[in-house]
Formats: sequence, structure tokens, C-alpha cells
Amino acid sequence: MAFTLSVEQERELEAILSRYPNKQAACIPALHLCQAANENWVSPEVITFVADRLGLSTAHVQGVVTFYTLFNRERPGTHQVWVCRTLSCALRGSDQILGHCKKRLKVKEGGTTKDGKVTLRTAECLASCGTAPMMQVDKTYYENLTLEEVDKILDQLVAD
Amino acid sequence: MLKRTSYLSHSYDNPEGHTLAVYEQKGGYQSAKKALGISREAVVEEVKKAHIRGRGGAGFDCGVKWGFMPKDSAKPAYLVVNADEGEPGTFKDRTIMERNPHALVEGCIIGCFGVGAHVAYIYVRDELHLSKQRLWEAIEEARKKGYLGAKPFGRDYPVEVYVHTGAGAYICGEETALLNSLEGKRGEPRLKPPFPAQFGAFGCPSTVNNVETIAVVPTIFQVGGEPFSRVSALHDFNDGGARLFGVSGHVKNPGVYECAVGLTLRELIFDLGGGLSTGTEILGVIPGGSSCPVHRPDEIIDVPGDPRFEPYNGKSILDLPLGVDTYRAVGGMLGTCCAIVLSDEADPVLAFHNLMRFYRHESCGQCTPCREGCGWMERIANKIVEGTATMAELDEISEIASNITGNTICAFGDGAAQPALSFVRKYRKHFEDYILTGGKSQTKRLVA
Repeated sequence: MAFTLSVEQERELEAILSRYPNKQAACIPALHLCQAANENWVSPEVITFVADRLGLSTAHVQGVVTFYTLFNRERPGTHQVWVCRTLSCALRGSDQILGHCKKRLKVKEGGTTKDGKVTLRTAECLASCGTAPMMQVDKTYYENLTLEEVDKILDQLVAD
Repeated sequence: MLKRTSYLSHSYDNPEGHTLAVYEQKGGYQSAKKALGISREAVVEEVKKAHIRGRGGAGFDCGVKWGFMPKDSAKPAYLVVNADEGEPGTFKDRTIMERNPHALVEGCIIGCFGVGAHVAYIYVRDELHLSKQRLWEAIEEARKKGYLGAKPFGRDYPVEVYVHTGAGAYICGEETALLNSLEGKRGEPRLKPPFPAQFGAFGCPSTVNNVETIAVVPTIFQVGGEPFSRVSALHDFNDGGARLFGVSGHVKNPGVYECAVGLTLRELIFDLGGGLSTGTEILGVIPGGSSCPVHRPDEIIDVPGDPRFEPYNGKSILDLPLGVDTYRAVGGMLGTCCAIVLSDEADPVLAFHNLMRFYRHESCGQCTPCREGCGWMERIANKIVEGTATMAELDEISEIASNITGNTICAFGDGAAQPALSFVRKYRKHFEDYILTGGKSQTKRLVA
């Protein structure tokens, strides 16, 4: 089925387009908008839609989608969790945080829980080194984590 | 020299610090008004006097960079702010965007005027959702007051500021990759020349500056270029002003501290960071983001022939003021001034392994030496940690890293090679122990 945006989202797309001297520059923001409107993933239909609206080839849009890590080419869980594992976080226990998440959620890195609620990922430096260890849940940063706090956060996600 | 300042961080502790009301109480937007009341040339001259070295890591003089912009171009010009903060260990720009976004917006107004642009794009990495929100709110507030729009401060010089988002790619912090990404392409770096000042965003003259560099510009017009430069202990090195210093890793009080330029690592780690949180001694410090060479505390400063270094020669590297040229002179790199501290509880081989994984993951793949080299170094790092590597492979790391250096389009390759070369050279004993005994006398952990 062809992908479409709601009236409000269309207005948002118009606002994005108005910021740039050409349509192509709206490619990444437009993909974000469409991804959010498509259960957090960029389907082939989304690529066709964006290419069509911005006057680009689908190959160009596909190239952009595959370059950046935050465009999902498969449907992720309802919530996405990123555990930062780069050096500053690693020096303050990110491995334990990640290990704990894997055990609690019974998934591997990049995996989604059986009920489809949570996708667990690792991330490279999320610019939160002073408050390590940390993880990002959807759009929120959780910093200075302890295992107890991780439990609370995960409980909340699973209960949702 | 430890001298705390609060030009940027004055309202960091105020929960309402990000609002226009608080910013204006502190004299906000007076600098933009002042700058738009003088000529473009005078603005650039004032910024040059402040000797603001780029806060994003390369340390290029901000005023000089602005001076490269053409005066009478037929094409429009752009100011692009690099807010793709993602250098491991670096977390200072985020504090500005979240807690003092108006400083950045005001800096954009002055910056646009200084470089002859009417539009500024702030390229924020997608993960920083709160930063983006705070910036949009600040832009909206400033627009309502008429500080942005058709006639800021009554001057017929329209300025618009937009937030643009990335989508998860460390390489987009490289200025030409950022420009490609801004144009809606894959974030692969471009060959230079042409430099952005000639051929930047959308093929037009552009200036790309770090968030902190732009956010500190209003301070220049508040205290004056020359006096602001003199706040720094390194005024004689043309390294002026105050900046945000970060410290993370094995310290008691990790965080961001604003100080005059010229702080030493010892002051950052012990006086501000509260000393080591674990272990008894410092094993190593990466002074400004992971792409800088790591330093051991027993490295001695020795820069003969330059009288400016006389007070420091013979001392530990921890006592060298953190400046762009001071670090360059000792074979190091200042980077972003956000230090990662490793205590002697940490295993340098595992730290190296962690960083090699990072660079393999983030290499954009455009240039062969970097794409293949980073993968190769990570595979050797894996073998070392597993205890299956050979001495020949250990030497291969240095060879691979040397072959990446200087042979790629952008500085990412050098950024991956520097930590590889420095870790292997400075902690050779630890690496050899992994190869000879499987790392029997190493701590084999990064956390205590």
C-alpha cells in the first residue's frame, strides 16, 4: 500500500522544505518525518514517497537511508533502547549495563523482544561522557545509570 | 593556570537558564545589537583580536576563518554550525544547546553578519532531542522579539536560523561530510580544496564553526576582543578566551567546567575532577576526544628553542597548559579539551580495543586506506584481546596506522591512526604481555 502523510504531517513537510534553497536538502528531515509516521521504519514505500516528493531518484534516497544508522530498514520494537559503549562509558561500567539489558530482555544486541515491545541496540558515543554510563530510550537520555535504575526503566517499557 | 569563568555557563544551574528571560537578564542580545551597529569588517576584526581557536578540535582561528569569506560574491553565503557532537569523551556542546541555547542563537546572528550570510543552519545530531527542542524554542523566542527575521535590531540585514538534523553518523562532524549531509546526501567528506569558504553548502561560500566557537562570540562583543583574549594564560600563543573543559572516565567528579584557556590536565583532573575515582595512579589521559594521542603522566615536556616553553620544560605533560599550539609542540593534539582519564585499574589494551571498534564502526568507507585499515586494526585488536595475536601483528598495527595517515580525503583516518599509534607505542609492555602470556599480569578490565 502506498505511503501517505496526514494533513498535519504534510504541513510539517512543507515547513521543512521552506528552510532550504533546494528540495534535496530536505531529504534527511523528510525521512525522519516519514519514519516516525511509519512505525519507526523506512519501508520501500517510504523511499518511493520521499523520492517522489523531493524530485530525487529512489536510488539516491536509498543511498542516504543505508548510510545513516538511525534509519531503520526493518520495523523495530515499540521502544528502542541504545546503550552507549564507547570508552568513557566503558570506563564506568557500560558493559555491565548492556549485559544486564540483554539478560533482562532476553535478546542479543540489535534484537527485539518476543512481544515486539523493545529493541536493544548499542550506540557509539552519545555525548554524555560526563554522566556515564548512560542509555537512550526513544528520545530520552538516562544518565549516571545503576543496575537498579535500568531495571526500573525496563520494567516501565515492558509494562507499557 | 586554574581560573574559573562563567561567560557561557552563568545559568547552567538555573532550571530556567535556557529561556530568553534569563538570558536577557544576563545582558543577552546586547552583543548582537552592538555588532549589527558596526561594519562587517569591524566585526571580523574584533573576533580576530579575541584569538578564538576553533573549539571543535582543529583549533583554527575563528576570526581568520571568517575573513576567508568573499566580500562581493554573487551567490548567497551560509553559516553552518557543527553540532554533530560525537567525538568519544566530548560532551560540552550539548550543555550549551540544552542550558544556554540563546548564546548560540545570538552567536549565529553575529556570525551571519560577520561572514555575510543571511541564513545559519545548526546541524545537530539526531540523538540530541532535548538540544534540538531547546534550540527551536530559543529561535522562536528570538524571532518573536524581532532579533531574527527581516530587520534584527533595526538593521536592514535579514537573518534566519534553522536547526537541521543528522541521522547517526560520526563522520558528519567532519565539515565537508556535514555539508554533504546538509545537502541531503550521504555524509561522505569532500576533497579540499575547494574549501567551504569558496564552495560550501549548496555550492555557495560557507563557514562551518563549532557550537562553542559560535556561542562564545557574543562574549567577545561584551568584554572586547583583546581583553577577552587576555583572559587566557596562552594569549602569547594566540590562543585566547575561556572555554569549556570536560573530564570523564576515572575521576570523582566528571563534568564540564568553564575556565580560562591555559588550564592544565593536572588541574582539570585533580582540582576540578576531584582526583581519581579508582586506582592509585593515572595510567593515561586522552586530552581532547579519542582522536588525540594518549599521554602518559611520565611524559616530560621538552620544547627547546622557544622561550614561551621555558616555564614548562622538564615538567610532566600534566602541567602543560591545554592550548592548541602547546599540545602541537609536544607531539600531541588538544582536540576538544574534553579529557578521558584512565587510572591504573584500567587495561590500556582494552581501551585500545574499544577505540578501534569505534573507528571501524564509524569509518564512512569512502577511502580504501581508512575503510580497510580500520577494519584490519580492529581484527588485530580482537586477536590481541583473545590472546591469539603475534608480535608481527602488533607491529602491523603501527604500519597500517602509518599508511592511513595522510592518505585519506578527511582527517578521520588520522583520527583513527593517532590513538592506535600512541597506545601501541606507549603501552607496548601491556600489549606484549597479551601476546606472550595472554595478558596474565594485566587487569583485563576497564572498570574497577
